[in-house]
Amino acid sequence: MARWVEACGVEDVDEEDLIRFDHEGRTYAIYRSPDDEFYATDGICTHEHAFLSDGLVMDYIIECPKHNGRFDYRTGEAKGAPVCVNLRTYPVKVEDGRVFIDLG
Amino acid sequence: MGDIVIIGAGECGVRAAFALREAGHDGAILLVGEEPHLPYERPPLSKNCPVAAKPIAEEARYAQAQIELLQASRAEAIDRAAKRVHLADGRSLVYDKLLLATGARARRFPGMEAALTLRSLDDAHAILEALGPGLKLAIVGGGFIGLELAATARGRGAAVTVIEAAPRPMARIVPGEIAEAVAARHRAAGVELILGTGVTQVREDGVALSDGRTIDADMVVAGVGAAPETRLAEAAGLKVDNGILVDGRLATSDPHIFAAGDCCRFPFDGRLVRLESWRAAQDQGTHAARAMLGSQERYASPPWFWSDQYDLTLQVAGLPDPARTHVRRALGDGAFVLFELDDAGRLAAASGIGIGNAVAKDIRLAEMMIEKGLRPDPARLADPAVNLKTLLKEETA
Repeated sequence: MARWVEACGVEDVDEEDLIRFDHEGRTYAIYRSPDDEFYATDGICTHEHAFLSDGLVMDYIIECPKHNGRFDYRTGEAKGAPVCVNLRTYPVKVEDGRVFIDLG
Repeated sequence: MGDIVIIGAGECGVRAAFALREAGHDGAILLVGEEPHLPYERPPLSKNCPVAAKPIAEEARYAQAQIELLQASRAEAIDRAAKRVHLADGRSLVYDKLLLATGARARRFPGMEAALTLRSLDDAHAILEALGPGLKLAIVGGGFIGLELAATARGRGAAVTVIEAAPRPMARIVPGEIAEAVAARHRAAGVELILGTGVTQVREDGVALSDGRTIDADMVVAGVGAAPETRLAEAAGLKVDNGILVDGRLATSDPHIFAAGDCCRFPFDGRLVRLESWRAAQDQGTHAARAMLGSQERYASPPWFWSDQYDLTLQVAGLPDPARTHVRRALGDGAFVLFELDDAGRLAAASGIGIGNAVAKDIRLAEMMIEKGLRPDPARLADPAVNLKTLLKEETA
């Protein structure tokens, strides 16, 4: 069952960057890719507690600010040491300049 | 390809073992570790209390990758002619290629024999579980481990004194302005920092200082650096000089034997360096794995370090050198990054400190600039309104 939640506006996220979105006690990350698509994942690294929103986006990779664990934010796939657990991803839609993620 | 033996099951050896499989090695992989524990991450040991071992990889992953993990096993000798490693329990392992990832051991200078050291999980249990209100802790050495332990101990309510021989803490590792910021944070937290003062004798009940004073303590921990674990290499006749000497591929003076991580000394930026770094241990383990499988690539990753103390994190890319031109970039909330440019204007190092991960993104981008040998405009580095990612892309284009 889809449960769409409004996360932010399109202009709140720079291209090839991300922002943090907190909702109901959980933290998510909203990404805007270099080709202007939006994506969403859990907002905390699977290796140790660190907010991915402080990390660096290069192309389709988010790198954790703490120990440089890398994930493909489109699929959540962990790209090697020190991370071995994938990030959970969420469906995203953009309507009227607003970004929604499906927490259903 | 035949069997590969790795001596040392720390960050470097474990990464090398998995990297061998990822690179397609289909022979046996034998990973020999002295400790009885499942290989664990060392960085949290000085930072987190209570102590909780964080495995580098869950136990099942070793079996999945067909890595034979020999725990509580000590390598006694290498027979290079027979290409065998002899273990203390009498077994011997035949290798086609051998990786020495033996790490480093905590150093103690004369007079410090009675001090504890913090290097292993067992050390961490012994030290951190004793921390609490009423305990007087003296730490000899104001390096990363000593200061991280000081912060952890204050968090548990212990009274802490840090004694450092140099006029400022972390003198060998970070620029003065960062050292000053860290020192100020420790003083604000109630740590007594005694700088520019040596230790003549560590006793059960305290520390005698070179200025004649005595510091009372219930526990004394020495954090005065680490010595590379080179015993096996030396006995086997490999070239050793403050670390097992390796070439750019991380091969030792024997082409069948490689060395990586804290135990090796390798060529970087025109000189030989030895690092005690979690990231270098991983990167070099991975690099050595590929080299053992025939890669001719040279190891060229810039050094990268970090430290967490209280709510502060500092990160360093490259090797800081006070002689270089420094450019300061001020970020919000007191965070800042110091960039270092060499004589040719190349970015050679960057160090930053701030609350949480305030400097992480800039240090990571600086690291990429260092790796690419870029010469960024100092005025733009200094301007916090300039996005360093934009600068990196412009300079690379």
